[in-house]
Parts: sequence; structure tokens; C-alpha cells
Amino acid sequence: MIELQSLVKRFGDRVAVADLSLTVAEGELLVLLGGSGCGKTTTLRMVNRLIEPTSGRVRIDGEDTGALAPHELRRRIGYAFQRVGLFPHMTVAENVGVTPSLLGWDTARIARRVDDLLELVELEPATTRDRRPHELSGGQQQRVGVARALAAEPRLMLLDEPFGALDPLTRDRIQQSFRRIRERLGLTAIFVTHDMGEALVLGDRIAVMDAGRLLQVGTPRDLLTHPADDIVRRLMETPRRQAAAIDALLAGERSP
Amino acid sequence: MSEQLALLPGYLTAHLQLTLAALALAVAISLPLGVVAARVRRIEQPLLAVAAVIQTIPSLALLAVTVAVLAALGLHSIGFLPALIGLTLYGLLPILRNTVTGIAGVDPALVEAARGVGMTPAQQLVRVELPLAMPVVVAGIRTATVWTVGVATLSTPVGAPSLGNFIFSGLQTRNFTAVLVGSGAAAALALLLDALVHGVEVGIARRRRSLVATCLALLVALAAYALAPVATALLRPAARPITIGAKTFSEQYVLSELLALWIQRRTGLPTEVRASLGSTVAYDAVASGEIDLYVDYSGTLWANILRRTEPPPSRQAALDEVASGLRARDGVELVASLGFENAYALAMRATDARRLGIRTISDLAPHARAMTVGGDYEFFSRPEWRALRDRYGLTFAAQRSMDSSLMYQAAATGSVDVISGFSTDGRIDALDLVVLEDDRGAIPPYDAIVLVSARLAREHPDVVAALRALDGAIDAERMRAANLSVDQGGHTPATVARALCDAIGPPDVPAASSTYAAP
Repeated sequence: MIELQSLVKRFGDRVAVADLSLTVAEGELLVLLGGSGCGKTTTLRMVNRLIEPTSGRVRIDGEDTGALAPHELRRRIGYAFQRVGLFPHMTVAENVGVTPSLLGWDTARIARRVDDLLELVELEPATTRDRRPHELSGGQQQRVGVARALAAEPRLMLLDEPFGALDPLTRDRIQQSFRRIRERLGLTAIFVTHDMGEALVLGDRIAVMDAGRLLQVGTPRDLLTHPADDIVRRLMETPRRQAAAIDALLAGERSP
Repeated sequence: MSEQLALLPGYLTAHLQLTLAALALAVAISLPLGVVAARVRRIEQPLLAVAAVIQTIPSLALLAVTVAVLAALGLHSIGFLPALIGLTLYGLLPILRNTVTGIAGVDPALVEAARGVGMTPAQQLVRVELPLAMPVVVAGIRTATVWTVGVATLSTPVGAPSLGNFIFSGLQTRNFTAVLVGSGAAAALALLLDALVHGVEVGIARRRRSLVATCLALLVALAAYALAPVATALLRPAARPITIGAKTFSEQYVLSELLALWIQRRTGLPTEVRASLGSTVAYDAVASGEIDLYVDYSGTLWANILRRTEPPPSRQAALDEVASGLRARDGVELVASLGFENAYALAMRATDARRLGIRTISDLAPHARAMTVGGDYEFFSRPEWRALRDRYGLTFAAQRSMDSSLMYQAAATGSVDVISGFSTDGRIDALDLVVLEDDRGAIPPYDAIVLVSARLAREHPDVVAALRALDGAIDAERMRAANLSVDQGGHTPATVARALCDAIGPPDVPAASSTYAAP
């Protein structure tokens, strides 16, 4: 269980996150949803201390993350982000195996784990393992990024628009396989996106943010049926409007 | 050619020692500094500014400043140390700047990923930032390598032998084979080192172990080649050769070779010539014992070392006071006055002198306003020039500094009208120039004298005795003829020195029968 308690982050005079509290249950995927600059990425990055909060704290299974060395905390948390950040001077296998090697696993165990993970993200280990990141397509790179985040068998995953830069078909396929992986491994995850569709498909619960504040937290159904305010209502109307437009198109085609 | 090539291994080894040591130091200093500067952005600009300022100092001046600073600190100010420090300082900027740029240029997404996967700051640096910055860093090292090999040729005047010895002495004695050998070897060395560093870089980037190993092995072999003489000297300390200094003009090259030959023949001791030293570097070197002896001129020492501003009362008084002054100051002994003067002398075209009726400097003074005067690089900042100007009220239309080997030609062809020649230079007669009489005695006497270090005087009375036999052995005419055969006859200083040595003393007294050997 992850507890975010009264998190505040100020950059100079600007308040990026204002007194935010949230709880993510074991095995749950919570989506942080909002427009750019709403503070969702800052919130995520305070969980693995890529950003130190100005005040407030984060507990993982009751343990205060501020009490751990940042690099030890991060080795226990999978982290994937939109720009992927695969190391260009390392092979795919070295990229995936980087956290296990930092943890001092032996090479045979790392090699086995790398192959398992490549299969899990639907890449052929034999042909992918020794390639360099620049030889892969964008979608393949995102898969390797997810595999790297999962390598050290974390219980918690942080994902920051990990599929943001992909074309719609690839994105859909990779979302589906990520959902299967998560269910199989029973991972707890926090997932940042500004895409309503992605939020509705993947999220067990959705937390809507605006201007550093938390507007509403609830299941997709809660948000659709009982939006807490105008901003949430308007946000929830966008997928509906799209669905309606698609329905109208289909209806128009059927009636000549 | 073969004579020059015979000198190549010695100078090449010395050059390599300097270059490799300076590069290793420059990398050892600027790589960590660059890493720190890339982390602590506050110090980046000041640090790069300091390195850039050092870089803007002309390289020869930087070496000279290093000599002065070391001397002020009371350290070994001549030879390897100042050259090493100067070259190291010169190599800092490219490596420092490229390290900072290389690390700053690493994609922020990769730094975030490195932190995100749980690397410590040190691991981020070693596993991600440095490998990715490596091509840029190595480019900086390559720039520094090429620069250092080139600038190392300038360490000759501060007393560190290098390939520059070919270039300095070759230019002064019009031996262009020597210049060619020196520059060619330096260029080849620069290309070779650059290629080897590049090879290591490519090998690492493409993960070709054999390439990395080959290039590293070659670099190590070069270092071993350069260090072999040092190691041999440490393991089997041979008798230190008697070291003879020479400044940067033909007469000095000839005399240093002559002294070397003379000592070998009379005492059987090994000798070594350290040529092309800067003018005051040579004196400092004998004062500190870096070299054992060299030839200087009484008037130069009177003005520049004893700092006397008034002209000496007489030729003999100048010799006596220089002898006692140097002994008191540095323990340096004047052991022989060779028998000729090499004074600064104003010279002009004989035809003009006849036409204008000029015989003395007093005669020149009224015509000077319409004339251009040429002098070597140091002349116009020397006290002798001030003395001349003040005593005779000389005002020239223009003054030009040039290399001493070029000024005689400049006077002969009319580029300048009057030059500050040297009275023993054979080209004065050969190019139909005349020396104007110093009728008011503004220029002090410049007797050529042999100075020996306090240590040589103490440890080698046999050498001192042999040198005393040179007192009065060379007259001005002989010296002028010797200089001319180097400057215009195309002979090497060593050849001319051998002839001179044969002429002034019985050839080859075997060491065993030397008067000073044990009975």
C-alpha cells in the first residue's frame, strides 16, 4: 500500500503540488489524470524521490521513503517514462538487466530474467537481446523500457505516459499486453496520463488533478456518473462526445 | 642529413618523455575537474575562464613565465620541470572544456533513466555519463595531444631538449635539413599519437577489443621507449656528462661544440651539449648547476646580471668585476677569457657610410632621423640600447626587431639602414657592411668568457684546468671566420668546432696520458 500524505512541492514561488494526499491499495492501478502542468508528473516523481517534496511524506507499506537512500528506494520501484531513456551504449539485454546488476545478481540469473522479461513484453529474446536500442522501432523501445522497469521484480511500478509517443495501433496493443502483465504479476502501479481513453481502459481508480490540486478520486464509473465539479464533468464528456461522433458516423453510413 | 638523423633518437626520446608526461598530467588534472565542473555548474564558468586565459598566453611566453615562477619559488627552474608544467597547463583547456561539454551534452532523459533505475551518483557518472561523453572527451584529448607535441618544440629555450633543438639551431645556422628533420619528426609524432588515441576511442565505441589492445600496446611501447633511458640511468647511474650550454646563435653553437671536444680530448670525460637556451636561462642554468659551463660576454653580464647601469671603466675592470661579482653572487667561476670580443656594434652599408662620411656613431647621429634601425628581438629592451641612445642623442625614423640571422641581409638589401650587429659576425665583412666606432664608449666591452658552475669548479679541477688553457686562444678574426663558415659556408657547428679545436691545440691528447690522470 502506498500512502501520499500532505505532499507539497514548490519551485521557488510556484506551487506545483499543493497539499496532496492519496492512498493506492495493494495490486491497484491508480491513474493520475490532468492537463500539462497540473502537477501529476511532479507527484509521481516524489514517490521515488526523483523530486524531493517540500513537505509531506510518502509511505510504502508503512515505511517512510524519506528514511531510505534514494538509489536503494528506486531499485525497489519500477520506473518507465515517455522518453524511455534506454542507454544507447548498452545492448537491450544490458539495459533490461541494469537494476539486477546494480543489486548484485549473478550473471546467469540476470540472463534468465532478461529472457523471461523480453518474452513477457512480446519480444523475441534470441533476436533482440544483443541489439542496440537505436536498431529497434519506437514500440519495441517502449516494450524494452517496461521490461527494464520490471527487471528487479518490483512490487510497485511508476509509469509516466510510457506509451505517449506511439501510434494508435501500437499503443492499443501495448496497453493490452501491459494490462495482462500487471494482472499476472499483481503489481501495484501509479500511471500518469493526460489521455482520458487510456485512463478509462487501464485505471482501477482515477485521480483527477488541476493546478497542483486533487479534484476527485474514484473509479471510472464514479467519475462518469458523479463528477465532483465542472472541470471533471467537462473532462469526462470528451470520450463521450468522441463516442457519440463515432456512433453518428456509423449510423450515417448505414442509412443511405 | 645523416648527422642530423644521428641526433634524432636522443631528441625524439626527450620529446616523447615531455609530451607523454604532460598529457598524462593534463588528463589526470582536467578530467576530474571537468567532472566536478559539470556537476557544480557554479564553478564551471570561472574554471573554463582560467583555462582559456592560460591558453591565450603565447606558448613560448607561458614557458618563460613558468621558468620565472619556479625561480622565484627557489625550485629547479631550468629544463624538464618548467617545460612539463608549461605543457601541462597548455593541455588543460581542450580536455577540461570537452569533458564539461561532453557530460552536459548527455541527454537528460538518460540521466533521469540512470537515476530511475537506482544508480548512485557515482554509478551514473561511470556507467552512463562518462561512456556517453567519451567521444567528446577523447576529441579534447586528441586536440591536446597534437598541441602538446607541437608546443613541446618550444621547450628547447628553457633548457629541456626536444625536437625543437633541430628547429632552433637549424634556423640560426641556416641548416634547413635540421629544421626539416625536426619539424618532420614532430609532425609524424603528432599524427602517430593522434591516430593511436583515436584508435582506442573507436575500439571502445565499436567494442573491438583487439583494436583497443593494439593501440594501447603501441602507446605503452612508446612510453616504455621514452622512459627506458630514465630507467637505465636509475638502475646503473653512469657518470653524469659534463653539460655545456649554448644560447641561440651560431657562435654559441660553435663554441659549445668546441668546449665539449676540448674537454673530451683533455680529460676523457663524457660531455653533452644543451643548445638553444634563452639568454638569461643560460646564466640561471649555470648558477643553479643545471649546466656545468657555457660562454657568455662580460658586457652582457655586467648589465643584465650585475645590473650595473654605468659603463665599466675599462675592459680589464669589467672582467675583474664580473669575475668577483658572479663568484660572490652564485659561486660561478670565470675560468678563461677566450681572447675576442663579441660586442653589440652598430653597422651600416659601406657605400652609404662612405657617401655620407660616417665613420663613428657620433657621425651617424645627425643622419639617424632619416634612417631605419634593425635589431634582434632583445636589443631594443637592453640597457646597451638605452645607453647608445642617450649618449649620442640617437633618434631613428623607425626601429624594427627581427631574427638576428636575418638582420645582416636586411641591412645589405636596404630594408633597414643601420643594424645592431655582433662584432664577430662574419657576415659584416661578407655583405660589405662596416662597423661604426663607438667613439664615446657607450657600449661596454664584451669579452667572451667561459663560466663554470660552483659544482664543476669543486668536483672537477681537471676540467677547470683544461679550460684555463683556452685563455686567449681565439682571436676575433678566427671567430669571425668560424662563424662565417657556419652562416654562409653551409658547415655544421660541430665540423667547424673540430677544425677550430685542431687549430688551437694539439689534437687528441689521449685521456690516459692526460696530465690530470692519476700517475
